[in-house]
Amino acid sequence: MTSVDTARTTTRKPAGSYETFMSRRASLLPTLAAVAILILLFVGAEILVRGDFITPRNISSLLLDNAYLLILSVGLTFVIVTGGIDLSVGSVMAFTGIWLAKLLEAGTSLAVALPAILLAGALVGLLIGVLVQFFDVQPFIASLAGLFLARGLAFVVSLSSIKVEATEVLWLQSTRIQLGDWYITPTGILALLVVFVGAWVMQFTRFGRTTYAIGGNQQAALMGLKVARTTVAVYVISGVCGGLAGLVLTAYSGAGYPRNGVGTELDAIAAVVIGGTVLAGGRGYVLGSMVGVFVYGTIKTIISFMGAEQSWTQIIIGGLLLVFIVVQRAIVARSDRRS
Amino acid sequence: MRSVTKHRLFWPVATLVSLILINTVARSQFASITVRDGRLYGALIDILRQSAPLMLVSLGMTIVIATRGIDLSVGAVMAVSGAVALTIIDGSTDPSDPGVVMVAVVVAILASLLLGAWNGFLVSLLGIQPIIATLVLMLAGRGVALLITEGFITTVNSTPFEFISTGYLLLPFAFFIWVAAVAVVGLTERRTALGVLTEAVGINPEASRLAGVRSRGIIWSAYAASGVLAGIAGIIYASNIKAADANAAGQFIELYAILAVVLGGTSLMGGKFSLAGTVVGVLIIQTLESTMLFLGVPSAESPVFFAIVVVVVVIIQSPRLHRLARDVTNAARSRRTAEPSDAEVAG
Amino acid sequence: MTLLADTASAPIVEMRGITISFPGVLALDNVDFFLRPGEVHSIMGENGAGKSTLIKALTGVYAIDSGSIDVTGTSQVFRSTFDAEAAGISTVYQEINLCTNLSVGENVMLGHEPRKRGRIDWKAVHRLAAEHLDGLGISIDTRSLLSNHSIAVQQLVAISRAMVLDAKVLVLDEPTSSLDRGEVEQLFTVIRDLRARGAAIIFVSHFLDQVYEIADRVTVLRNGKLVGEYLAKDLPREELVTKMIGRQLDALEAISSTAARAIDRTDAPILKATGVGRRGVLEPADLDVFNGEIVGIAGLLGSGRTELVRLLYGADRADSGTIEVVGAPARMTSPRHAIDRRIAFSSEDRREEGIVADLTVAENIVLGIQARKGFRKIRREKQDSVVSEYMAALDVRPADPDMVAGNLSGGNQQKVLIARWLATAPELLILDEPTRGIDVGTKADLQRKVAELSEQGLSVIFISSELEEVLRLAQRIVVMRDRKSIGELDSRRFDLDGLIDFIANEGKGSAA
Repeated sequence: MTSVDTARTTTRKPAGSYETFMSRRASLLPTLAAVAILILLFVGAEILVRGDFITPRNISSLLLDNAYLLILSVGLTFVIVTGGIDLSVGSVMAFTGIWLAKLLEAGTSLAVALPAILLAGALVGLLIGVLVQFFDVQPFIASLAGLFLARGLAFVVSLSSIKVEATEVLWLQSTRIQLGDWYITPTGILALLVVFVGAWVMQFTRFGRTTYAIGGNQQAALMGLKVARTTVAVYVISGVCGGLAGLVLTAYSGAGYPRNGVGTELDAIAAVVIGGTVLAGGRGYVLGSMVGVFVYGTIKTIISFMGAEQSWTQIIIGGLLLVFIVVQRAIVARSDRRS
Repeated sequence: MRSVTKHRLFWPVATLVSLILINTVARSQFASITVRDGRLYGALIDILRQSAPLMLVSLGMTIVIATRGIDLSVGAVMAVSGAVALTIIDGSTDPSDPGVVMVAVVVAILASLLLGAWNGFLVSLLGIQPIIATLVLMLAGRGVALLITEGFITTVNSTPFEFISTGYLLLPFAFFIWVAAVAVVGLTERRTALGVLTEAVGINPEASRLAGVRSRGIIWSAYAASGVLAGIAGIIYASNIKAADANAAGQFIELYAILAVVLGGTSLMGGKFSLAGTVVGVLIIQTLESTMLFLGVPSAESPVFFAIVVVVVVIIQSPRLHRLARDVTNAARSRRTAEPSDAEVAG
Repeated sequence: MTLLADTASAPIVEMRGITISFPGVLALDNVDFFLRPGEVHSIMGENGAGKSTLIKALTGVYAIDSGSIDVTGTSQVFRSTFDAEAAGISTVYQEINLCTNLSVGENVMLGHEPRKRGRIDWKAVHRLAAEHLDGLGISIDTRSLLSNHSIAVQQLVAISRAMVLDAKVLVLDEPTSSLDRGEVEQLFTVIRDLRARGAAIIFVSHFLDQVYEIADRVTVLRNGKLVGEYLAKDLPREELVTKMIGRQLDALEAISSTAARAIDRTDAPILKATGVGRRGVLEPADLDVFNGEIVGIAGLLGSGRTELVRLLYGADRADSGTIEVVGAPARMTSPRHAIDRRIAFSSEDRREEGIVADLTVAENIVLGIQARKGFRKIRREKQDSVVSEYMAALDVRPADPDMVAGNLSGGNQQKVLIARWLATAPELLILDEPTRGIDVGTKADLQRKVAELSEQGLSVIFISSELEEVLRLAQRIVVMRDRKSIGELDSRRFDLDGLIDFIANEGKGSAA
């Protein structure tokens, strides 16, 4: 606070580089912490669990196995940065996945089926967005309705799993572009593409910046920003990502299954938060969410390498989530105090 | 008449009554109650019995929501509670010994209390957002339950344990459990100052703290209560299927509970709450469930209908819609009757 | 000084016959308002006079029921804030409406970022932002997060933002309510500069001094009706106040005797704080209050006055110093400790830290005693008698105990809060800005009540931004500046100018 006798504020730049970093980029800290954890996990697993953990194969499969989660977490990052939440992502993925399988089974071409399921995902997102924006419904509740709706619709499409025979879908998974021991599948490329586009949009478009503004200031509309449009759009984006994840998961498992993705919304939220996005909104990065997904996937891999119960994954992710939340709280509290 | 429709229980009760009427018209046996072996049977009685787990969870949820919180972990707590109870009964030499069942139930409830207290600790002492704090346990809780049952679905045959969900004392025993829970919670909240202090904390936590209200204790106790009630619900659930299924126990129940609370007219923003409303809300959900069963809708598909119910209810409750309705009705008479007043609307 | 704007120059904004009604209330009744380029125009009125409503009509927040709005000669219908901004009307709100999670530069340019090949050109964003800030004489790192800066700087950033929009009309709604004096000066420099460049500025403030310092013209509203438009230099202060409240202002003079009352300081003080402080918040300060005494704390916002009383009350924890209550050492780490020792605290932030808005007036009044009592409910009859006693004593209006407290006006909410504390029979009442944002009539009521209570033996710590008020009520004044206590005065020996001089200059010459 300026004192009585300093009429002019003249601090062009903070003193040292540490201060500069803290005054400009404090919100990067949680994401950097996630990167550190990821490295620690890899090194720790290599040393303590078994010597062949850090291999091109293993790292390549990390992307392959978690491509659907990566796509979901990108959409969710948009929503959470605006201060909202979308619980429907897992169910939307299940619904679009099973519907895709059903359409393909009926002989519909992928060129028709894919736009159809993406549109379906978008419509669920639109419903949530409209409830949130125009009826003042809490995002939590509105997306809960979306979760119910999509899960129910998944069962309406089919009560049991539908095997996918269509080669144009299975191709997404079975094609492996090799580079030595490294490989990547079209699903992996798709996931990385979504991450790249998501990150670019958030950093370099007015739409992306508006999502941050909404998360940082509930009255952002008074700044003349297009809040209504943006709020609805983030849920639509999340819905479309749900549709894409449905495609990827169906390709990955070779079948649509209405019970897919139960609880996946929690995994996705955990990944986004571990990646450094603050649940209160206004701070976060799509690339951070990618790191979060990799942390999640790595823990899962380590546990299966150790031959332990997979339920440990849930417990560890729960614990990690807790640690991150406490750290985030401290950071947010700190910056609030300064303002 | 107007004061009747203005009462905050009017819409929930009206919904429940019309649901029952529609069902009765569609199938006359819906409302009929028969007596066999000194026990009452009928669709309505079934609803009373089946609503027990959701009722208990929703009661806890109401109190937590009143403090401006939410408890997402109730389903996971149910899973843990069922796992603890069944593991104890399964491991005993005589699963049918009422003493063993008693011990199992008490230990399971204590474990749930512990989990609830953990949530309360995160929210009230560490100050973590409730959605997130309870998300931790929602994620990790089922993992813990799976570890307790070692990854299997533990099943038992124990007559005293089964009595909890299927027993009868003229009416189903499970019904008495939830009535007792409603009575205990209702008396604690409304006969003491706990209710109004909870509301004060929910409406304005900082003002309450400065007024000397022990808000931490109140918030903590709300989560602990929610844990205990979810624990009892988990025991009833496990007793009903005679097994501890860590994955299926209480799945989505947090969502139904939140729906019941909202249907009952308690705002998710915290503050003023209505336990009677929640009771009605749970009965509405259970009646809907029974209606769908009658209509031949596979239960897996029922979420679609609940989604529609949620959407309709939140739109009806939406302040935006109320403003719109008010503007429309006012437009008709405002020009003529508006008088200057010193009341301040927007100064 | 010649007024740039005289009645001859054509108005840039013409609002005629504006009427806005809300359910049961006619908020604005056929009000005219004219704003000319190159003038600072204050809209004055008590709470509820219709100031905010008029501004919100101009900024597109409210739709008008009848009347017309012309901006630069073109008739306008504002359906949203966008329409108003498009017409060149920009608003800087009291609660600064920016994003603290984003950088300073981005806040200035948000929504108008320059783009290159479809992507935001961040270099250009920061360059332009720096230019705009320089134009207002502010030089800060545009890449730093806004949350690192003081409220005053944030306010100036908000004004820069309005400049980016190329606003012809700038609406400043209570811009100074949380600024200290130096910051107000800085803001006024910017306002004068903008005025000289021909901008039309609406300046709304509760502070009469500031209005007279900066405004060229004043429009007065009362009860939703226009009282008149005046040149500030032609309108004496007493006349302005009279026009605002519609009655003579002698009410406030009646209590001036309180400050002169002699206080017996021989017994142990009710409260004695020695070296109470908290790192980064308040340097160790001393304070004592005797029986029946009113101790004023004077100082600007941010001087540490609120911080001090919050430490005394246990709302925040002190990390140094000792507190004694009637001679006995006391640990104050929670409000409950203070309440147990019969100390009450009414926060400066009524809405966030005082009133429990959805509870009734009665429930709000008994909240204090109920919290003390624990979970055993107060009997209905007891509650009714306490509520009616204090509602009558403080003249809470409307006198309806079952009304939802959030619907009361600010002044009546304050009365309810004081009622809450008086019901707990405190020995020391700490009032932090009890009269802020309250109309003059209620203000006088509250001051009279405080004086009366202290005569009956209640000790009071009284904080107010209005120094006249502190001088009028308190026998002793503790002066704070820059988060430390800089002295203690006998109010009988100081007048307003003396006090202002003390706040601004005491200790400056000898130190450093």
